[in-house]
Amino acid sequence: MKYLDEYRDGGVASSIAKTIAETVTRPWVLMEVCGGQTHSIVRYGIDRMIPPEVELVHGPGCPVCVTSLEMIDKAHAIASRPGVIFTSFGDMLRVPGSRGDLLTLKSRGADVRVVYSPLDAVRIASQNPAREVVFFGIGFETTAPANAMAVYRARKEGVGNFSMLLSHVLVPPAMAAILQAPGNRVQGFLGPGHVCAIMGYREYESLAERYRVPIVITGFEPIDLLEGILMTVRQLETGRAVVENQYARAVTRDGNPAARALVLEVFEVGDRKWRGVGSIPKSGYKIRYEYRMHDAEKRFHVEEIATEESSLCISGQILRGLKKPSDCSAFGTLCTPQKPLGATMVSAEGACAAYYQYGRFLDSASLPAVTAQAPTA
Amino acid sequence: MCLGIPGELLEVRDVKGLKFGKVRFGGITRDVCLEYAADAVAGDYVVVHVGFAISKIDKDEAARSFAVLEDLGQTGELTADMAEQLLPRSGPWPGEEDP
Repeated sequence: MKYLDEYRDGGVASSIAKTIAETVTRPWVLMEVCGGQTHSIVRYGIDRMIPPEVELVHGPGCPVCVTSLEMIDKAHAIASRPGVIFTSFGDMLRVPGSRGDLLTLKSRGADVRVVYSPLDAVRIASQNPAREVVFFGIGFETTAPANAMAVYRARKEGVGNFSMLLSHVLVPPAMAAILQAPGNRVQGFLGPGHVCAIMGYREYESLAERYRVPIVITGFEPIDLLEGILMTVRQLETGRAVVENQYARAVTRDGNPAARALVLEVFEVGDRKWRGVGSIPKSGYKIRYEYRMHDAEKRFHVEEIATEESSLCISGQILRGLKKPSDCSAFGTLCTPQKPLGATMVSAEGACAAYYQYGRFLDSASLPAVTAQAPTA
Repeated sequence: MCLGIPGELLEVRDVKGLKFGKVRFGGITRDVCLEYAADAVAGDYVVVHVGFAISKIDKDEAARSFAVLEDLGQTGELTADMAEQLLPRSGPWPGEEDP
């Protein structure tokens, strides 16, 4: 705990915050992409340590949050079928689709099981050859090598009753979509450290060049975040727009080649719908044709389900950095982690859930500009 | 759920051609696939995400990073499957044999 004690003493942190204040000459908007970073920023009050000229907006980097309602409804439909063992990471069980959540389905008797690793689901399949075992494969690039290995091993070991409902999302296409959107406010990015531990950061170099935007690959610890902010602000103030690596102790330019190779063996890039944002071209993984027998979407014919999000929810604007949770009229009242209305409240790593958990709704209630925004419905 | 959690690799073994190991995270030990950190040996510290080691890390960094993750409440994935077994299920679902 020495490190946290040091952080709480504030010496290092306040010295970096002071340097940021000395560096900044005008307003800048920075986005952190990873949900873990969002959580850490709000937990340690990083956004309140830095000068007001530097605004942090929170990106779409929580995979649970951005899993589309349609995909959650498909999971629900498959898990409801007789004979199916539906497996998932624990985070997905409480996320409400339009037909309810997986945990409620389990309480009614469906065989829904939380697993630690996707390989656990393959093991359950080989132990239950008479049952269909489906794994809900969600995540960003950090999780892709684990999910790819499960499909790869199922095929290699001939576990024919294992399939994966894949809903993978990719960070760089989402960053490009944010930068291209009308009204974009984001001028610099804190890149996602653990995603880049797998993928490296070559892809981010072309983004930085094409959109003239600084990207600093950053860790999730409080001092990491402050350093990442300082490096990004220095670039902005000097008119540079390149990729820098604050998190060199975990990230190299090429990432983890063994992991990347297996991901490309099993998955290919395809379009993906993001909850709160909509469809983004080439922003997700699909299971390759050679592995189609393990693709739950091909194995189970689930009808397209029409879904509708709450009209009050502004999570789409929050995920694009246009608004903050405290700008929402429903935040903390009609929308809470117990009864979420949309993407950014459904998981602890969502920006709204992080603000809620650390009491930020108290601030928003005291702001006249926000209390004036009464629900219009 | 995109953050890796550091732990100490206690032993390495082969399971059906896959490299696996036991990794200790604070008070919890889990089986972890080492295929993406193939050069890791017992005594090393590795960063683990959903049951897969994704990189090696030095001991001090591991201790520091784990402390921050615990403080953030981000180590839940290590025990989510164990906690889940305590959740109620009302009985056999169609297609399932009675236990």
